[in-house]
Amino acid sequence: MRDRIIFILQLLFTLLVAAFLAVPAALSIAAGVTVNYFRGIQSGITLQWVAQVWELYAGTIMASILIALGTLAVTLVVGIPAAYALYVRGGRLARLVEEIITLPLAIPGLAIALALLLTYGGFGSFRRSWLFILAGHVIFTMPFMVRSVMAVFATIDVKSLDEGAASLGAAPWRRFIDVIVPNAAPGILAGSLMVVTLSLGEFNLTWMLHTPLTKTLPVGLADSYASMRLEVASAYTLIFFVMIIPLLVAMQWIGERGNLR
Amino acid sequence: MSHISFVRLCLLPLASVTAAFFLLPMARLLLAGSEGPRGLAEYLAIILEPRYRTTLLNTLVLAAATTVATLIIATIAGLFLQRQRFPGRTILVAILTFPLAFPGVVVGFMIILLAGRQGLIGEVSSRLTGDKLVFAYSIHGLFLGYLYFSIPRVILTIMAAAQKLDPGLEEAARSLGASPWAVLRDVILPALTPALIASGAIAFATAMGAFGTAFTLATNIDVLPMLIYTEFTLAGNLATSAALSVGLGVMTWLMLALARSFAGSSVAAAG
Repeated sequence: MRDRIIFILQLLFTLLVAAFLAVPAALSIAAGVTVNYFRGIQSGITLQWVAQVWELYAGTIMASILIALGTLAVTLVVGIPAAYALYVRGGRLARLVEEIITLPLAIPGLAIALALLLTYGGFGSFRRSWLFILAGHVIFTMPFMVRSVMAVFATIDVKSLDEGAASLGAAPWRRFIDVIVPNAAPGILAGSLMVVTLSLGEFNLTWMLHTPLTKTLPVGLADSYASMRLEVASAYTLIFFVMIIPLLVAMQWIGERGNLR
Repeated sequence: MSHISFVRLCLLPLASVTAAFFLLPMARLLLAGSEGPRGLAEYLAIILEPRYRTTLLNTLVLAAATTVATLIIATIAGLFLQRQRFPGRTILVAILTFPLAFPGVVVGFMIILLAGRQGLIGEVSSRLTGDKLVFAYSIHGLFLGYLYFSIPRVILTIMAAAQKLDPGLEEAARSLGASPWAVLRDVILPALTPALIASGAIAFATAMGAFGTAFTLATNIDVLPMLIYTEFTLAGNLATSAALSVGLGVMTWLMLALARSFAGSSVAAAG
């Protein structure tokens, strides 16, 4: 009996917490397709707000996708070889490098953005281009790619694979392309999903780094929250949800598959 | 090409990118903090200047309150979800972890929908009592936002830690006549302590350094990230904002270093 009461109380509490998280998200989705949020859903369902968001903010959505893919490209090209080198070399230097590249996660984005502005704010054409935001996103997402790939190396005994290929006379770069990269695929995939998701949602750095001509989706979101009617802001948020939910589901799926193995 | 030189070559792009876009800018930031009229003393202003000190205290209190509340809520829900099996459990877990990827700005908007001028809480309270309850655009709204942000993270950590608990210990305690409360206090919570400290430190660091949520709710909330932002953009006070952000960075880094020494894995402050 007592266990039953404890169970029900805990269930109610957990449901309350879930409601706290889910209700505003549901409200936002509803508001994005409601004719008039103040009058409620009976005022009718419409896609006019979504269309209006597209008209006003399509540029920011494209920009975010572009920056996310650019960030992904850089983290792949830079991160995978680095993860390989760090794993193969090991030792104190590798740990120090890993420590340094992980630092951007522990320091508020605001501080990193300020630092970038102080250093490169004077280089006008770089400052004004997408590349400036890209640089910030690369620094912020790199540790996820490197660590995710290194984690795979730790489970598949990459050293003996590498040595085996070497004993057959393969050159180092060939071994890297033909043996190392295919074997690291699960880590590369997981890292990529993480990098794209983080880049799409990054605000702390981006808000400081953006210019009126280089606005990303989260920057546009902040703008709409401050200046647009609630329905437009909600429709914009809805578009963001639609973009990141497939990524989240894929990440969870990969995580579960990894756990099963 | 020898193996050693290939490995070095592999590391070169990362070293260049990190040096150019992280280490050099950070060094520049450190320097900028001491280039104001106060010189190196700028770094002490965060403690000595009464206005900044008030903001620092506000931020610390907010972060501490967020941490304590999140830990209590997430422990109750996380233990429950890890131990009980019932229909709908998977959906409940999905709902509770889904907001993990929401950026701070979106979390801010969620709080506006809950407690803002057109929010649900205001609507319900005005129908019940005739008084419209609106608190999104203040430090209370920010507290609620950081709860929203931290609960999913901490629940995940608690669930993972609870999975590793030895059920035999609890059985033993129960068979010796311990009440559920005593089992929780003397068996479960001590075993969860490392996870609680680690995830608590992450929640604390995030609540200290996050900027997006506060920015969405109101620009006049008196917390450190907003102070740094206004010092930089409105007052143009470069040295102060640099010194303050170095101070904030050191504090969040210390918290996360503490977390890692307990959890032994990667942790990150986000938002």
